[in-house]
Amino acid sequence: MSNTPRAGVRLSGLLAALCLALGVLVAGCGGGDDGGDGGDGSTKKVDMAAELKKPANITVWAWTPGTEEAVKMFEQAYPNIKVKLQNVGQGPDHYRKVRTVLKSGKGLPDVIHMEFQFIPSFTLTKSLLDLTPYLPDNFLSNYPEWIQKQINLDGKIYGVPWDTGPLGLIYRKDLLDKAGIKTPIKTWDEFAEAAIKYHEANPKSYLVNMPGGQTGQWLALFWQNGARPFTTDPENFKADLTDEKITQVTEFWDKLYRAGAISHDADFNDAWYQGFAKDKYAGWLSAAWGPIFLQDYTKNSKGAWRAQPLPQWQEGQNVSGNWGGSTLAVLKQSKSPAAATEFARWILTERKPVEMFSFDRFLFPPQNFMLQNQSWLTKPYDFYGGQEVNKVYADIASTVDKDWEWDPIHEYVATTGDAIKGKSVDQGKGATAALQPWEAAVKKYAEQQGLKVAD
Amino acid sequence: MTQATATAAARPARVPGGRRRRPGSRHSLTGFLFTLPFMALFLAMFIAPLVYALYLSLFREQLVGGNTFVGFDNYSEGLKDEQFIDGIQRIALFMVVQVPVMLFLALVFALILDAGTVLFARLFRVGFFVPYAVPTVIAALMWGFLYGKDFGPFADVADWLNVPPPNFLGEDLMLWSIANVVTWTYTGYNMIILYAALRAIPAELYEAAAVDGAGPVRTAIHIKLPLLRPALLLCSIFSVIGSFQLFAEPQIFYDIAPDVIGKAYTPNLYVYNLAFADQRLNYAAALSFLLGFVVFVVSYAVMYSSRRQEARR
Repeated sequence: MSNTPRAGVRLSGLLAALCLALGVLVAGCGGGDDGGDGGDGSTKKVDMAAELKKPANITVWAWTPGTEEAVKMFEQAYPNIKVKLQNVGQGPDHYRKVRTVLKSGKGLPDVIHMEFQFIPSFTLTKSLLDLTPYLPDNFLSNYPEWIQKQINLDGKIYGVPWDTGPLGLIYRKDLLDKAGIKTPIKTWDEFAEAAIKYHEANPKSYLVNMPGGQTGQWLALFWQNGARPFTTDPENFKADLTDEKITQVTEFWDKLYRAGAISHDADFNDAWYQGFAKDKYAGWLSAAWGPIFLQDYTKNSKGAWRAQPLPQWQEGQNVSGNWGGSTLAVLKQSKSPAAATEFARWILTERKPVEMFSFDRFLFPPQNFMLQNQSWLTKPYDFYGGQEVNKVYADIASTVDKDWEWDPIHEYVATTGDAIKGKSVDQGKGATAALQPWEAAVKKYAEQQGLKVAD
Repeated sequence: MTQATATAAARPARVPGGRRRRPGSRHSLTGFLFTLPFMALFLAMFIAPLVYALYLSLFREQLVGGNTFVGFDNYSEGLKDEQFIDGIQRIALFMVVQVPVMLFLALVFALILDAGTVLFARLFRVGFFVPYAVPTVIAALMWGFLYGKDFGPFADVADWLNVPPPNFLGEDLMLWSIANVVTWTYTGYNMIILYAALRAIPAELYEAAAVDGAGPVRTAIHIKLPLLRPALLLCSIFSVIGSFQLFAEPQIFYDIAPDVIGKAYTPNLYVYNLAFADQRLNYAAALSFLLGFVVFVVSYAVMYSSRRQEARR
C-alpha cells in the first residue's frame, strides 16, 4: 500500500473540502426556527361547518389506552377525516419526541397528548395552537373553574381537557383493620400515628410508599397545602420552593422517613408493582387514575381497596391537590387545524366517547356533565369492593385550589426535582434539604434560558 | 521477509531522461472508486453531523430570546461543570477496574480453550459469546430484576440465609453492578478476538517450545502472550472507548433506581438528558466534544504506553 504522498495529499484535501461543504450545508439547513406567529390576535371564529366538510388527514400522538375506540367513533361521525393514532411513549418520552419533531420541523403530528402541567412549557416555545376560533362559544363553561384556568392562558384556549387527577388516599381495608387503624383517616396527624402504628405491627410492610422523586405527587401535596410556588409569566418568573407551606409538607414526611415508618422506593417500576402484589404497601396517595396501573398486580386484593379524601392539615378542612391530568392540544404548524381541533373537541365532549373513557377506562372526567352524571357517580367498582368511588373523587375534585400556576420550564423542573429530591431522600437527608438546591437549580436554568426571574 | 521483497519489486525501473510514471496510480483510482459508496455514507452520516454539532456548540439557543453566537462559552462552562467532571471521574474509575478484569478473564478463557484439553470446547465458545448477542437493553433489564432488593434471586438467597440482601443498586455498589453487567456482556466478545489471534500463531513455535521442554503454562506466558500483544491492544482500545461511552445500562437502571443514577451518572447520559430533557442542545454538543477529546487522550495514552513497551523489548 505505498501510494505516493502527493496523490494522498490531494485526495485528503478534496475530502476535507467536501466535509466542510457538507457540514456548512447541513448547518445552514438546520436550526429550524419556530414558525411565525400566523395571524394572532384574531379571535374571529372559523366557519367550522364548511371546514369540516373538506377531506383531511390528521395524526394524533396519545398514550391513553382506549383512544383507538374513540378514534373509530370519530371516524364514523366524520367519514371524510382520516385519523392516524400513534403512541410514541408515555410522559417524558412523549414530550422528548414532540420536542424533537418541533426542532426538525418534519413529521409533526396534528394533535398531541398534553398534560396540564406541561401546557405553559409548550406555549413558551409558541408550539401550541390557540383553539378559540375553532371551538364553540362558551366552551370553557363546560368545566369547573380550576380546570378552565389550566387551559385558558392569556385569554386563549390551548387544550381540550381529557382527564384529571384529584389526589386522594387509597388503602387496603383488610390490612388496616387487622392493624387496628381507624378509617377514614381524617388529618395528617392521624396519618402519622397510623403509619408508625402500622409499621410496628407489620415490619415488612408500610402504610404508604412515598418516593423521594415523583415530583408530580409532591407538587400535588404542596398544592393541597395552599402553596403557589410558580408563575407562568416568563417576564416575571417566580420559583419559590422554600415557602413554609412547602416545608410544612416536607418536614412532615421527613419525620416519617426518619422513623422508618414510610418506605421511599422508586415508583412505576417492576419492584414497586410487586410491592402491591405482595402486600408491602397497604396504601397509596393516588390520583383518581391510579388504580388503572394496579389492576394487573392486585388480583389477590381485589375488593379490599377503599378510597378516601386526602388527610387534612386541619380538622374539618376539605381541600385537595391535583396530580397529572391531560388534555389534547393542537400544534401550531398543523395543516388541518379545524379537523384537528374538532377531533379533540369531539372525543372529549361528545357523550359516547366520554362515557367510554369514564366507565370503561377508569379515567376521571373533567366535564361538568359527567361530574353530575348520577349513574357514573353511583357506579360501584369491584376493585373497591363496591364502593362508589367516583362520588368520593368528584367531591375531592371540587376542592382543588384554582389559583395554582404551572411553570413554563416543566420538563426541567420535574426531572431536576426527581433527581435532587430523590437522591436526598434516598441518602437519608430528607426532602426538606433538597428544596433549596432544587429552587436554585430551577432559577439558574430559567435565567440561562432567557426568562426574567423575579427575586 | 516476504514483505520486503514485495516492495522491492514494486519500485519502478528508472528511465533515464524519461517521465517517471507513478506506480499503481490506476490502481489507486479504482481503489478510491470502490471506497466511494462508503465514503459518501461516511461523510453524510458521520462527518456532516459532527461538523453540525461543532457549529451548534458555538451558539446558544434560549427558550426565550433565540439563537446567539457565544464562541467557546459552552466549552468553558463544561470544563467547570461539576456534574460533568464527576461523571468523567466515575467512568475513569470504572474503566481502570473493569477493563483489566474483563480482559484478564477473556485472556484466561481464550488460553484455556486454545489449550485444547477442554471437553465440548465449541459449546463453551458459543456459550461465552451468547451474552454479547443479547441486546444491551434486554441484558440491563434482566440484570435489573436479578439485582432486585425485594424480589430478586439474590434477595431470596439472602432471605433464606437470614442476612440482609446486598443493595446492588444502592449508592455504593451501583457502579460495580453495572461493571458486572458490562463484563458479562463483553468478556465473550473479547475472548473470541483473542482466541482467533491465538489460532493464528504458527504451530512450529509450539513444537520448538515443546522441544525446549516448556510446559503449557510457560508456553502460554512466553509464547502466546507476547504474540497476543496486538490483539490485546485492540481489545483494550475498544474497551476503553466503550466504557467512556457507557449509556444503556445506567439509562435502564434509572427507572429502577432513579435516586442513585440521577441525570448525570455517566457523561453520555448527562449529554443525552441535557439535549432532550433540558433542551440545551448547544451545551450538550460542546460537552460531547469535550468527552470525545478525553477519550482521544486516554486512547492515545494506552497506545503510546504499549508502543513504548514494544520498543523496550
